[in-house]
Amino acid sequence: MDNKLPESFSQLWAEMDMEQSTKDNLSPLHLHIPEPKFRPGDVADFGDIIVPAVDAYPRPDEHAMPADIHRLAYGLVRVLGDDHQAMGSWNPGLDNATLQVMLRKMLLLRAFDDRMFRAQRQGKTSFYMKSFGEEATSVATTMALDFDDMCFPSYRQQGILITRDYPLVDMMNQIYSNRGDRLKGRQLPIMYSAKDYGFFSISGNLTTQYPQAVGWAMASASRGDTRISAVWCGDGSTAEGDFHNALTFAAVYNAPVIFQVVNNQWAISSFSGFAGSERTTFAARAIGYGIAGLRVDGNDALAVYAAMQWAANRARNNGGPTLIEYFTYRGEGHSTSDDPSAYRAAEEYALWPLGDPVTRLKDHLVTIGAWSDAQHDALIIELSEYVKTIQKEAEQNGILGHGLHHPFETMFEDVFEEMPWHLKEQCAQMLEEQQDKFGPDWEAR
Amino acid sequence: MSAPVPKTMNMIEAINSALDIMLAKDPDVVIMGEDVGYFGGVFRATAGLQAKHGKTRVFDTPISECGIIGVGVGMAAYGLRPVPEIQFADYIYPGLDQLVSEAARLRYRSANDFICPMTVRSPFGGGIFGGQTHSQSPESLFTHVCGIKTVIPATPYDAKGLLIAAIEDNDPVVFFEPKRIYNGPFSGYYDRPVEPWSKHEGSAVPKDYYRIELGKAAVVREGAAVTVLTYGTMVHVVKAVVSEHGIDAEIIDLRTLLPLDIEAIEASVKKTGRCMVVHEATRTSGFGAELAAQVQERCFYHLEAPVERVTGFDTPYPHSLEWAYFPGPVRLARAFDKIMKD
Repeated sequence: MDNKLPESFSQLWAEMDMEQSTKDNLSPLHLHIPEPKFRPGDVADFGDIIVPAVDAYPRPDEHAMPADIHRLAYGLVRVLGDDHQAMGSWNPGLDNATLQVMLRKMLLLRAFDDRMFRAQRQGKTSFYMKSFGEEATSVATTMALDFDDMCFPSYRQQGILITRDYPLVDMMNQIYSNRGDRLKGRQLPIMYSAKDYGFFSISGNLTTQYPQAVGWAMASASRGDTRISAVWCGDGSTAEGDFHNALTFAAVYNAPVIFQVVNNQWAISSFSGFAGSERTTFAARAIGYGIAGLRVDGNDALAVYAAMQWAANRARNNGGPTLIEYFTYRGEGHSTSDDPSAYRAAEEYALWPLGDPVTRLKDHLVTIGAWSDAQHDALIIELSEYVKTIQKEAEQNGILGHGLHHPFETMFEDVFEEMPWHLKEQCAQMLEEQQDKFGPDWEAR
Repeated sequence: MSAPVPKTMNMIEAINSALDIMLAKDPDVVIMGEDVGYFGGVFRATAGLQAKHGKTRVFDTPISECGIIGVGVGMAAYGLRPVPEIQFADYIYPGLDQLVSEAARLRYRSANDFICPMTVRSPFGGGIFGGQTHSQSPESLFTHVCGIKTVIPATPYDAKGLLIAAIEDNDPVVFFEPKRIYNGPFSGYYDRPVEPWSKHEGSAVPKDYYRIELGKAAVVREGAAVTVLTYGTMVHVVKAVVSEHGIDAEIIDLRTLLPLDIEAIEASVKKTGRCMVVHEATRTSGFGAELAAQVQERCFYHLEAPVERVTGFDTPYPHSLEWAYFPGPVRLARAFDKIMKD
């Protein structure tokens, strides 16, 4: 069985000078601090990233034993070839209409992100996070799940809601924290919650959703339900204890949960080496836990779909958990609060060897005659106009900091099911403060 | 139908009875924790429950408190009513983020979209030669967190009724069980023979379902000279000292620290004009500080003496010097002398 590490890891071992020393001839210890290969001013060269041929890592049986598929944790599942054809054993064989929906959802997500990023820059809200370059990992995955499967997202999976047709206006109301916000203006923008859409409340603390997704899946299994759960985190947050606790529980109870690591190379300004990527893959974390691990081309929407479908079928048939790593790239900053040109080489995204997920899916559709460049350009304009129309509707409910928020007293609701005396007292105090601040007629404002 | 005849139970039996009743009554109730399944828990609180209710209702877990509580949050989000056990309160810290940032805030941050009706049971407190990792009283860490209820029983009767109410509550509850009094009320005179629960009126526990409302204190001794606010093991220690020294103290067992029964506190302190707060936990920023602040805010003009705090010392819980650490009869007697002189 071929478990050979990709060349970049072997090279690291060589650089780390692993030669045996005699006791009398020890070189001093030295501390290894990981350093990304490229910094601002450098021209990135991703020549050492191995992009294997389509089907170099063929699709195993959905009932395969984890120990028999270790190769998949070090390889790269791919469907779309350089010729833009879908090929090989992982090809999910989706019909043209489904492929068009997938492309449309990814483009809508991109249009939405662009518009909301701009709204933050215009001072209409405090914060935004785009998913540029990673759209396949939230859209294609969700399409491979059932609508009533529960998603436990991290903060960059707005594509789940968009794929499940959650109203864009409600997403915007949340981003604006306005009077239409279903979360009553309590959460930082993009920390959505939508139980009816199988979308768990986003925490903001990293990877806490991992053991929760396992608990949800255990509950479903204990009830003889058919629903499964899927959970996302980033490469950086695999370092959290919750990640490892979750994998332990999932392995112990064979929980029907799909773990996904969106390895977009960057955790704010820290490259994936600070989560251990110099030594092994994130998918290979599965091996020590005895669960299935797949490493997937995250910018190949069909490979992403196929991997999720494999894992979902497996989980639904009591085959237990799977850990999927999507190898991708964070095309823009972490959020509106950082400038990536301050810590990484410019043009990295343009040079990324796995390309752009939207462009690759479009090229595939064009190649098979199910789409055209003209249709594509027209759709981009249509979606941009559509998002703008919804934005106007959302702004009728207000933007952050301009008065149209939920009533003041809602601050004290939902701490508990019933408001205890001390919160009632504090609520009364807060309302008096508003009177001092705005005058006796403040409530009429 | 005649009322069920109460039988005598110790606190472990009362807790076991509450769990047994809730497992039978509500199919959503699930119990999990380290050693709670086949073995029935290191303190036997879940003895026999797996055999009776099945392995998917009562089961062992990996040694991972973060995992136990995080999985509980997910089960609650699904619609279950998990009752995880943390084997010792001293072990709860790896699960703290899941309690503080997740369980406690889920209802608020999702605007009622998701809730977390989970009750985390955990034995707490010292007096058992448990050393610094099996003796702690971390209750004030939880009362400081908005969105969690903190409950501490002092008798078998209260333990059962409060635990049933906690499990039925739709918010997360931390339920700390004073392990020093699992098998009998403790007077604080550690060199005297242990008294069994059967001699205490609080051991008369009906075998059927009943609940004690959360947020309600109990006046366990009426008196006119001084109000003592306490909970857990210290309820019994204070009672013994008051009896020994013939002090006409009014002893209030808070039972629920949050939400606090402020009306009971206020009424008593205004009546006696003196207030002592007693807990085993470390002193600085302990729950006694909150009680003292509440009392001076509400009862300042009724007070004839400064509020007195009797607590453990601000050191880790020592092993060999346990009884020098414990706020026992000597520390209490000195405090009573002081507060009654002023």
